[in-house]
Amino acid sequence: MLKYILIPLLPLLSFIINILFGRNYIKNRAHWIAVPAILGSFVLAVSACIEVLNGKVIDINVYSWIVSGSFNVSVGILIDQLTAVMLMVVTSIGSLIFIYSVGYMHGDKGYYRFFAYLSLFIFSMLTLVMANNFLIMYLGWEAVGLCSYFLIGFWFHKKSAGDAGKKAFIVNRFGDFGFGLGVILIFLTFGSLNYMEVFGAAGGIVGQTITLLGYKVDLITLICLLLFCGAMGKSAQFPFHVWLPDAMEGPTPVSALIHAATMVTAGVFMVARCNTLFSYSQTAMNTVAIVGGFTAIFAATIALVQNDIKRVIAYSTVSQLGYMFLALGVGAYSAGVFHLYTHAFFKALLFLGSGSVIHALHHAKQDDEQNMQVMGGLKKHMPITYWVFILATLSITGIPFLSGFFSKDEILWQTFQAGDLGKFLWFLGALAALLTAFYSWRLIYLTFHGEYRGDTECESRIHESPLVITIPLMLLAVGAVAAGWVGIPPVFLEHGDKIGYFLAPVLGHPEGHGTHAQEYFVIASSIFVAIAGWVIAYIMYIKNPGLPEKLFSAFRPVHKVLFNKYYIDEFYDKTIVQPVLKASDKIILAFDVNVIEGVVNGVPSLIGVFSKGLRKIQTGLLSNYAAVMAIGVLCVVGYMFFMR
Amino acid sequence: MENMIMNQLDYPILSWTVFLPLIGIPILLLIRNAKAIRWTTLLMTIITFFVSLPLLCGFDKTTYKMQFVEKSEWIPSWGINYLIGIDGISIFFILLTTLLSILCVLVSWKSVGTKVKEFHIAILAMETGMLGVFVAMDFFLFYLFWEAMLIPMFILIGVFGGENRVYAAVKFFLYTLAGSLLMLVGIVVLYLYGGRTLDIMALSQIQYPIKMQYWLFMAFFAAFAVKVPMFPVHTWLPDAHTEAPTAGSVILAGVLIKMGAYGFLRFSMPMLPDATLFFSGPILVLSIIAIIYGALVCFAQKDFKRLIAYSSVSHMGFVTLGLFALNTQGMEGGILQMVNHGVITGAMFLMIGMIYERTHTRVIADYGGFAKLVPWYAGFFMVLTFASIGLPGTNGFIGEFLIIFGAFKANMILGVFAATGIILGAGYMLTLYQKIFFQDADPDYEFSGKHPVRDLELREVITLLPLFVLIFWIGFYPNTFLEYMHSSVEHLLQQVNQNVYAGGENVFAKYIMEIF
Repeated sequence: MLKYILIPLLPLLSFIINILFGRNYIKNRAHWIAVPAILGSFVLAVSACIEVLNGKVIDINVYSWIVSGSFNVSVGILIDQLTAVMLMVVTSIGSLIFIYSVGYMHGDKGYYRFFAYLSLFIFSMLTLVMANNFLIMYLGWEAVGLCSYFLIGFWFHKKSAGDAGKKAFIVNRFGDFGFGLGVILIFLTFGSLNYMEVFGAAGGIVGQTITLLGYKVDLITLICLLLFCGAMGKSAQFPFHVWLPDAMEGPTPVSALIHAATMVTAGVFMVARCNTLFSYSQTAMNTVAIVGGFTAIFAATIALVQNDIKRVIAYSTVSQLGYMFLALGVGAYSAGVFHLYTHAFFKALLFLGSGSVIHALHHAKQDDEQNMQVMGGLKKHMPITYWVFILATLSITGIPFLSGFFSKDEILWQTFQAGDLGKFLWFLGALAALLTAFYSWRLIYLTFHGEYRGDTECESRIHESPLVITIPLMLLAVGAVAAGWVGIPPVFLEHGDKIGYFLAPVLGHPEGHGTHAQEYFVIASSIFVAIAGWVIAYIMYIKNPGLPEKLFSAFRPVHKVLFNKYYIDEFYDKTIVQPVLKASDKIILAFDVNVIEGVVNGVPSLIGVFSKGLRKIQTGLLSNYAAVMAIGVLCVVGYMFFMR
Repeated sequence: MENMIMNQLDYPILSWTVFLPLIGIPILLLIRNAKAIRWTTLLMTIITFFVSLPLLCGFDKTTYKMQFVEKSEWIPSWGINYLIGIDGISIFFILLTTLLSILCVLVSWKSVGTKVKEFHIAILAMETGMLGVFVAMDFFLFYLFWEAMLIPMFILIGVFGGENRVYAAVKFFLYTLAGSLLMLVGIVVLYLYGGRTLDIMALSQIQYPIKMQYWLFMAFFAAFAVKVPMFPVHTWLPDAHTEAPTAGSVILAGVLIKMGAYGFLRFSMPMLPDATLFFSGPILVLSIIAIIYGALVCFAQKDFKRLIAYSSVSHMGFVTLGLFALNTQGMEGGILQMVNHGVITGAMFLMIGMIYERTHTRVIADYGGFAKLVPWYAGFFMVLTFASIGLPGTNGFIGEFLIIFGAFKANMILGVFAATGIILGAGYMLTLYQKIFFQDADPDYEFSGKHPVRDLELREVITLLPLFVLIFWIGFYPNTFLEYMHSSVEHLLQQVNQNVYAGGENVFAKYIMEIF
């Protein structure tokens, strides 16, 4: 048992040591603790995965966490096929990014802090995926949010970084609000939070309803939608997507690890984990599919016109996450998880590649530069970075036989097969693929091709990044190319869909109704859009560099809306943030100070008025008192006399 | 006698715990040297804490009955006894009080420079008063301690407080007194109806007529609601907390305001089950208002300490919500959350006191960039911030989760509203943290250059450490604490559900449901 528990505990230990002793003792040697810890986790995870491959499923309760009346929940771990895939993604990409960070963060004042937070993140993420019940998942869920907050705001002296961290945490809390209530509702429904018990009993509550605000609501749909609310927050789906692009304020390894490869996929993981529940509710499934499909295309349109290199990739992440939800929503759970897995490689590579660019420019200009409009021509200075970037781009756009092609194609094909709504969603997905190809190549052309658009003196100082940075890039490039080969569709290779079969005990295997001809059509159309997007980008940014400007001026309003991200941030600010602050400042505080305090202070002053009046009677003159007394006696006597 | 277990130990442990601090007072009177006074007080509080520790080990968790009971006649002609004991509800407050008292002495080590003797006498008197309230099982004794506590607190605020101390002290005094007097009337009624006894356990066994229950409930409610404090009688709290010296704020937040909720558990619920059920509806609504209202007010605060004070209104809203959800999870969560709030907010006031000693300002806008200036301080405060907003792994989560669970179980809408408090909590706490610790310090400001602010020193770390251990202990293994309350809470719920008149039907809750 210990070896399973050590998988998350090693990084936790690294966090504790670094945070306590990093500042005074360890300082810039923090990686000597953090890197071995994650490598240890990786090795243990591999050995656990081998056990799972041999058909073992590990489900242990470690200790009883909270007991209160009938409520009872344990700290426990579950390592099944789904967890195994997540373990591999988190520890392998985590290890590479730790090594990359040794170079990237070199010389930063908060070096030890950075490795401490990264370790804490790995611990939290592993807790999230290894949980065997909903509350432990919730613990990991909140903890990764915390690490995200720390790491986005890592350079906290910048106001924008602090703001972005806070925004990420609070937007996620909106999602967690639903998730938490969903967890409670699950316990009240099933009397347990353990996955196996809940999923085993799920069939028994189909069709049950509860009354909410006078409406009858299907119980299982409500549970699923509440859970999905949390997934939308963490995986940055519309309308909760706003925090992810801002999260790019964090150091680039963080963007790669947390905001692309692992944490943001937690929502996808959660829905996949609860696939038994979701499968019982068509409404919930359709919601997942529509939110996913919409977000895929919505985020892609924003990515078209952004100039910040990391923001383009961030919107691309939002869009790809949308793809994953699209797959989950049409019941192709293993396709969604497969895309999660391949996406982790090529997206981490894209981020680390852009980090390499930023790193090089930082050294050349002595200033942070992320605007692609002032880059260009970096190809000859940074050949390794350039070529890994090309591979990642080929992969994400879905060029045949690279990782992204297989997983994306699997999603589009499964969506295509899923009824009428499926055809529509497939169209959205294919359109998003076209946009993806365009903005990905636009990024390449603006950054690496053409001439450098900064000053020449600066250009001479641009160098390829050191080995500690480029080696992880090259390893990730191998993943971006080959990771998808575990999921080759049967039309190409009999029994090629290894990952689908591996995951089938947890996620099931969707029954396809489509014909081979249809499948070839879907594949051909994905290849067509991938190449079409590439060609359009080539024409606009290499062949005819003046074209974008002309287009922008022709469609000025459209460009403005896209460039400003559909004004959604502004909308939230006007409808949520400002009203809360105004309510607080103008109404509530005024109420507290004037009304309640008014009453409180009013009573004494009322007493004061009375006593002032009464004081006038206290003249101190004996004759006055005698007179009043006499009148009183007269009244009493008179009353006795006449009224009786 | 069947509902209590006489003291199992061969010495009167509860009496020792309660009166040890009092013994310190005559000793202090004999000492002149300020340093000796501090050490003596520290020693007294530490001894008291260690004397109270055996309560934990000797406690029988399987029974709801009063334990460690000591009884002797006091004023027989009035039926007044010296009767003390604890159960699974009060035990935590005893230990919390003895622990926080030590920390109060430690944190005041340097900040209290004048009237040192008076200050420490007040602290010790306060400790005895608070402990007495939690152990008293006789109404007369209870009321005595309840009122006696007011005096040292009044002195702590009125003499050692901030600029507006007199206003705050008087306000605190009048508010509490007004509530207490109504409670006194209630006690007299109970005494007369209950066969001229003041034994709390005996009075809990009696069935009171329904109308009388309503009136009694309102009388007790007046006293307890002010103490908690519940909306809308909370306005004494921000003033008192803000103006009180650090030790006073810690005692107020850590122990004093728990007495209201304790009163509900000890008196209102077991004695007046029908009225409890009847009034639980409006109290739940008031709790929700307190959660949201308290949080919203925090957004507008410009004063560091005042913001934390207002956040107490919100957190105590959670407590009353849990208690009056009237189910196991809600009630255990509520009791645990009282401990949590004592730990977290107690630690926050300690830390605010520490930084105030250095900067002499409580205005949030004066701060900024403190993460760089005082990194250890910033780290400690970060933990508190996240415990306060209920992050899993900290004690705040366990309490809030159980409360929301209980509320949701009682009525879904309540659970939903309560959960919004968690979003708002994250909002104001993170904004506060950002303003104080992030960004660069204003270079013109004196903190950054001329007089660099010192980071935490050893004494201060030692002061904070026990509370931080508790934060994670309760966060990761709350059963240590929950185990003590299971039997008592179950028994209490049984008592509440034995209501005869309402027939188990919650009239008000039904009414509320119809509104939605």
